[in-house]
Amino acid sequence: MSDEARDDAPDILAKDAEVRRGDTPGGQSSVTGVAVTINKPRQELYAYWRDFSNLAGVMENVESIEVLDRNRSHWKVKGPNGLYEWDAIVTEDVEGERIAWKSAEGADVENSGWVAFSDANPGRGTVVTAAIAYEPPGGLVGKVVAKLTQKEPRIQARRDLRRLKQLLETGEIATSSPPNPAPKA
Amino acid sequence: MRALTWHGKHDVRVDTVPDPEILNPRDAILKITSTAICGSDLHLYDGYIPTMKAGDILGHEFMGEVVETGPKSTLKKGQRVVVPFVIACGECYFCGKQQYSACDNSNPADNQDIAPNLWGAAPAGLFGYSHMTGGYPGGQAEYVRVPFSDVGPIVIPDGIEDEKVLFLSDILPTGWMAAENCDIEPGDTVAVWGCGPVGLFGIQSAFVLGAHRVIAIDHFPHRLELAKQMGAEVINFEQTDVYDALMTMTGGIGPDAVMDAVGLESHGLYLDNVVDQIKASTFLGTDRPHALRQAIMACRKGGRVSVPGVYGGFVDKFPFGAVMEKGLTLKTGQTHVQRYLPGLLQAILEEKLDTTFLISDRMSLEEAPKGYAKFKNEQNECTKVVLKPDWAKATA
Repeated sequence: MSDEARDDAPDILAKDAEVRRGDTPGGQSSVTGVAVTINKPRQELYAYWRDFSNLAGVMENVESIEVLDRNRSHWKVKGPNGLYEWDAIVTEDVEGERIAWKSAEGADVENSGWVAFSDANPGRGTVVTAAIAYEPPGGLVGKVVAKLTQKEPRIQARRDLRRLKQLLETGEIATSSPPNPAPKA
Repeated sequence: MRALTWHGKHDVRVDTVPDPEILNPRDAILKITSTAICGSDLHLYDGYIPTMKAGDILGHEFMGEVVETGPKSTLKKGQRVVVPFVIACGECYFCGKQQYSACDNSNPADNQDIAPNLWGAAPAGLFGYSHMTGGYPGGQAEYVRVPFSDVGPIVIPDGIEDEKVLFLSDILPTGWMAAENCDIEPGDTVAVWGCGPVGLFGIQSAFVLGAHRVIAIDHFPHRLELAKQMGAEVINFEQTDVYDALMTMTGGIGPDAVMDAVGLESHGLYLDNVVDQIKASTFLGTDRPHALRQAIMACRKGGRVSVPGVYGGFVDKFPFGAVMEKGLTLKTGQTHVQRYLPGLLQAILEEKLDTTFLISDRMSLEEAPKGYAKFKNEQNECTKVVLKPDWAKATA
């Protein structure tokens, strides 16, 4: 790495893969970062996220989240080849500002990430920034398959944050199609 | 229910489809009493707008009777309402600024993957207008689901017939906002490209907002005649070169403000337009911006360019040097319909505005495919098609 001063963009967006890895608790190679502005106070958003059981209703591919204790939760997530499971362990928790986690040993997909809450410009609510790092199941091929089936974390993270914003700002998640009556694949 | 569905270029059909349901707390269901075919529906009909799927229900100009409400809807069964074509949540930053067509929450998250790549951000959800703008089933149907029904629909008092208020859904506020975007000052001349419904309402609105002169440009004699009846001077681009005519008619200065009420399918046998048509047909370009180029070239130095016409993709040979060197201001966007509804409804009730002159054709919903073909192919006489789902039953 050079000694050149880094710019002000989050390290998870760096073109240099080493810099990206350094910004995540697990140091995985595939990293994605995405932000959304939600017109709600920082504390309220932090508290909503900190109760991980809330997130299953917002995240499209999350089948279930079982809260085991304050710092450990069990995740079941739909991926391109079926269900993936892991325990997530909170590695950092700054009240009202930041939550970071990484998967425990034995995860189907090794992953880690963080979510940060910061004040938006005056009167404009809170910026929620999320970073997700993972070792794609099936390597690069798996990543392409995931993209084709729209279960790639970058696409999912962007959609999930939009859904969170919709739910918290309007009380509902926008949809234009009736729920599929058949059980989800 | 019966609904007008899109199946491909120049292929629309009336099919039997499932009735809409309440999906979210703020939803309402309407029984459609009147709906219209919009000029922008022709862009879908002609296959210019990406992310359409076979079976999509079209229609974004509609009104009807409330027949079902979600627990958080503020509407009541039996109320008659006109619905804005733009779906807006009323809660986000943009709605707070009355920029309803920029609503951050009405476009479903899973429909927002393409728009950021094409446009940089996903706009608000629209009824019946492709999946990039939400994939919401439209109102050229017997029934429609209206999301955020506590924000958009405006209740119509009894005794006012549908045809007097139907155009509040899109073209009347669109013409009004287009004129507002001209930032008209006393003594100004405004030039309007396109004498379709939006152009004609734009002319009417420009005079209301204080324009001294309006010059209208088209090539359909009947449409130019309608513009003349509103007090506009007219230029037929098949008879006269538009730039030369405008410069001469404005004493060598150019119009103070110009309005492109044509959009991405300009007519006319011009070199740039022919090249654009070839590019569009071979997917080298998407939009045909001949009218917009001409408007920018004719606009006076320091003037305003208002673009209510719809564009969906990329514009080639855009004269940005003219915009910069003449210091033009460009204003455009899907209409913030909700912002204008109370004022425009009041103007209609006080009989200051009458929009019924525009309606040339009335049909049943079953005849809608015929209506599309006529609106597309007979633009001189066919200025607006209104569809009434109940007509078939009434005349059966």
